[in-house]
Amino acid sequence: MASSLYLCLLRAVFLVCFVNPLIQGLSGDANVVQNPHHELEENLTGLPIVTFKWHHVQTPYLVIIWVFVAGLAKLSVIELNHHVTSVIPESGLLIILGFILGGIVWGADKAQTFKLLPPTFFYYLLPQIILDASYFMPNKLFFSNLGAILIYAIFGTCWNAATVGLSLWGCYEAGAMGNLDIGLLQFLLFGSLIAAVDPVAVIAVFEEVHVNEVLFILVFGESLLNDGVTVVLYNVFDAFVALGGPKIDAAEIFKGIFSFVVVAFGGSFLGVVFAILLSLLTRCTKHIQIIEAGFVFVVGYLAYLTAEMLSLSAILSITFCGICCQKYVNANMDEKSVTTVRHAMKVLANGSETMIFVFLGVTAIDTEIWIWNTGFILLTLLFVFIYRIIGVFLLTWMLNKFRLVPIEVIDQVVMSYGGLRGAVAYGLAAMLDEDKIPEKNLMISTTLIVVYFTVILQGLTMKPLVQWLKVKRAAHSDLKLIEKLNNRAFDHILAAVEDICGRIGDNWWTRGWNRFEENYISWLLMKPKARRNRDYLFSIFHKLNLEDAVNYVSEGERQGSLGFIRSDEAANVDFKKQFGSEFTDVMPDIMVDMSNYELEIENFSATSIVKDTIPSVSLDIHGQDRKNAVDDINAHHLLQQHLYRSRKNHRHKYSRSHFSINQSEDEVQEIFQRTMRSRLESFKSAKMGVNPAKKITKHHKKELTHKMANGHPDGTGHLYGDEVDSAVGSETGAIRGTFMRDTYTVGAGIENPVFLPDMDSPTHSSLPWLMETEAVAPSQRAQRRLPWTPNRLRRLAPMRISTCSTDSFLMADLEEHEEQPQTDHEEM
Amino acid sequence: MGSTSSTLLKIPNVEVLMQETGFSPAHIIRLHDRFKALDKEGRGHLCPQDFGAIKELAMNPIGDRIIGAFFSPGKETVDFHTFVKILILAHFRPVDKNRPKEPNSPEPINSRSNKLKFAFQLYDQDQDGKISRDELLKVLQAMLGMQVTEEQLESIADRTIQEADLDRDDAISFEEFRKSLEKVNIDHKMSIRFLR
Repeated sequence: MASSLYLCLLRAVFLVCFVNPLIQGLSGDANVVQNPHHELEENLTGLPIVTFKWHHVQTPYLVIIWVFVAGLAKLSVIELNHHVTSVIPESGLLIILGFILGGIVWGADKAQTFKLLPPTFFYYLLPQIILDASYFMPNKLFFSNLGAILIYAIFGTCWNAATVGLSLWGCYEAGAMGNLDIGLLQFLLFGSLIAAVDPVAVIAVFEEVHVNEVLFILVFGESLLNDGVTVVLYNVFDAFVALGGPKIDAAEIFKGIFSFVVVAFGGSFLGVVFAILLSLLTRCTKHIQIIEAGFVFVVGYLAYLTAEMLSLSAILSITFCGICCQKYVNANMDEKSVTTVRHAMKVLANGSETMIFVFLGVTAIDTEIWIWNTGFILLTLLFVFIYRIIGVFLLTWMLNKFRLVPIEVIDQVVMSYGGLRGAVAYGLAAMLDEDKIPEKNLMISTTLIVVYFTVILQGLTMKPLVQWLKVKRAAHSDLKLIEKLNNRAFDHILAAVEDICGRIGDNWWTRGWNRFEENYISWLLMKPKARRNRDYLFSIFHKLNLEDAVNYVSEGERQGSLGFIRSDEAANVDFKKQFGSEFTDVMPDIMVDMSNYELEIENFSATSIVKDTIPSVSLDIHGQDRKNAVDDINAHHLLQQHLYRSRKNHRHKYSRSHFSINQSEDEVQEIFQRTMRSRLESFKSAKMGVNPAKKITKHHKKELTHKMANGHPDGTGHLYGDEVDSAVGSETGAIRGTFMRDTYTVGAGIENPVFLPDMDSPTHSSLPWLMETEAVAPSQRAQRRLPWTPNRLRRLAPMRISTCSTDSFLMADLEEHEEQPQTDHEEM
Repeated sequence: MGSTSSTLLKIPNVEVLMQETGFSPAHIIRLHDRFKALDKEGRGHLCPQDFGAIKELAMNPIGDRIIGAFFSPGKETVDFHTFVKILILAHFRPVDKNRPKEPNSPEPINSRSNKLKFAFQLYDQDQDGKISRDELLKVLQAMLGMQVTEEQLESIADRTIQEADLDRDDAISFEEFRKSLEKVNIDHKMSIRFLR
């Protein structure tokens, strides 16, 4: 609280003191030179040691100052009082901040020197946002809903443009707007620029709301793809306005429709071409890995500019470039480059978004552009809102006849409410030609008001609306354990049945396309090494070996650290709470050791047991609650982390600032290995005529041996159990298991899972520690101290889910993981 | 492929099948083609090895169980009829919400509770109507990564049973199972669309 206030004050002070005189004295005008040193220069009598060369650095300096100010703005907005930020969306706050800044500049200058100019917006601020959106686009979800998205984008936008334009014209003719120098075509032009849902605003608002993924992808996909329509409509009507009314005949209208096809498909095709170029480039950059990350941005931007040059849809171009190149670029580039690209994109996109919203606010403070026409503005707001609702409901009604899972009414409501207009509309309005359209300022004013209305007001009320309507949210970890388990089981069932059916149905095309893609496109665009790694059998073997080796080294370095204790903290605590008072003397060093580690809530109780011998009666009560809470958290974490993902399970987080890397390849290997093993077992037993029931227990035991820490709770012929028993005298198997783990420091015997009987199939085990027991006899040393085996290590490696620097616990708590878009693995 | 009607005629009892399952003739034909493709030796019925040949099923942790679900206890083969019926029983058609609700007609095969029953049977291997702790443990073992230790698995299993078990018999009956999955959108999760 104090820090946010402090930051606000700091920022205000900074702005007032620094920016103001800077702008006052130095903005725009290069002629305003008030520096004595310059006068000195004119009659140079001596050597000036330091000179103030403002006009040399003016332009870049101002740019950088504004970027800096925008960054500070974002910082202060985030640091504001939590109540404020949870109510008003970030984008709204940034706009308000822009008002303030604009006011300062206005006050200093009496003119708005820092407007959001359309070229700046379209060429420098917008491309990276779209590239970021498309690079992280969940392709499967996008393409499976592509039909709906296209319907909304094309027909929805046309509907919006036509109805808004015509209604406004109708009202104008009816006299609701007073006297304006405007005609039908200009109304239609205005309608077309105000019709488009804006991707920037949609991301900004929906990011904070977390609706379910289908709803999000529909709105977001629509906002991206409708640019094709918007550009066409805008250009067509612009040209019509220039031509004048009488010259428009059927030929021109046909040309208009044809231009839509050319612009939209041309733009997309261009994007795909650049995606291919980018993939080929990354295929060849093995030796200059340091700059291959840069290629992504450069080529993406080139796609954008080239489309703009050819008057095709630039947004579509960069969108498809991002969507198509994702997979190959991620496969071809070095891991570090991939990470670099991801992070850099997020930074750029975030920064641009901030600047756009700040400038949207700044631009408003300008008396030149404001023309107030109550009728026009209010009617526009009304029509935009109403026709959006009507359009969405109409189109969804038609779509639901064809969709597998119909879009619900509540989702439709959110979709219509989420039709946000943003900076794109403003940019288009600012680009209008004043000579042809005398009412340009009125249009700009109206557009700004519509933008503020949608971003601030609708953004403000979006979250409460979503909560009130009980929209299906993106799944949060409120799911009970059994639900989680079942969800995953269903995914697997579905995938299996699809496989059994041979994917007939609408997946047939997907399958055909995937096959084509695997054989030809990947051959062309992916590095041979990357392609080879898609081959399961090879990659399983290779990666398992690699992983084992890495874990071996890292655990060896971390031996005796937190890592191995964390995996059984629940059981440890349980044990301590129940027997702590009795066993403090038996395991003094362990208690001490435990208190050194930060076990969060467990630590508290552990040390308290040591310090004061709480009578076991009251301990039990606390112990039960704590146990449940801890168990619950652990169980949820475990399930969340470790449940195998099916091919169809895509969790995506649509966020400007968070992303994570999916580690599903390991799972696939494990599943495959395990299934193969069990099948071999069943074949073996079938051959030997063994009762199938035994197979299950064998399987069970086999899994047991793999998973075992040092504990073997059921004690199936366990060698060292007796020693432990005698050492402690505790009865329950679970306790015994964990106690054994603790007592290894005390010197009791422990079993060595390395050399436990392992019925691995010969084909998969080339590693000695996976062989049968008879191969290697346990050594004396092995009986004492536990060597770190790959199996154990893999288990003991703590929740290392992502390679991001962010806290692994944070990652573990996040429900959604963005899947690395290597769908080729899953497609196989 | 031949004309539709002649292919249809080759499939025995096809009208009954179509009526029971609600598949269109085109779907039946496609499924029949798939059946024949799987049945490499042309015997007219499938055995577990034929399913095992499907590569992707090896990647599925509960693939083997699902294969098992196709074969009713004691039978070693599945013919086309059963194949299609189980596919429906596995409920890979979305529930038809517009179907008139007649109280006397048997519940449509792909209703929500039947889908749940299918899933339940996957867990309940010994078919005693309850998911015992051991069975749950086995499912968890199959579906969880190898990083999870035995104790953790048991704790999860205990916890799961605790959440769902209402009559405290340490096992999950079908009713309890169904109740615990109230919130889950089964229709969405267990439906495949076939081309119309």
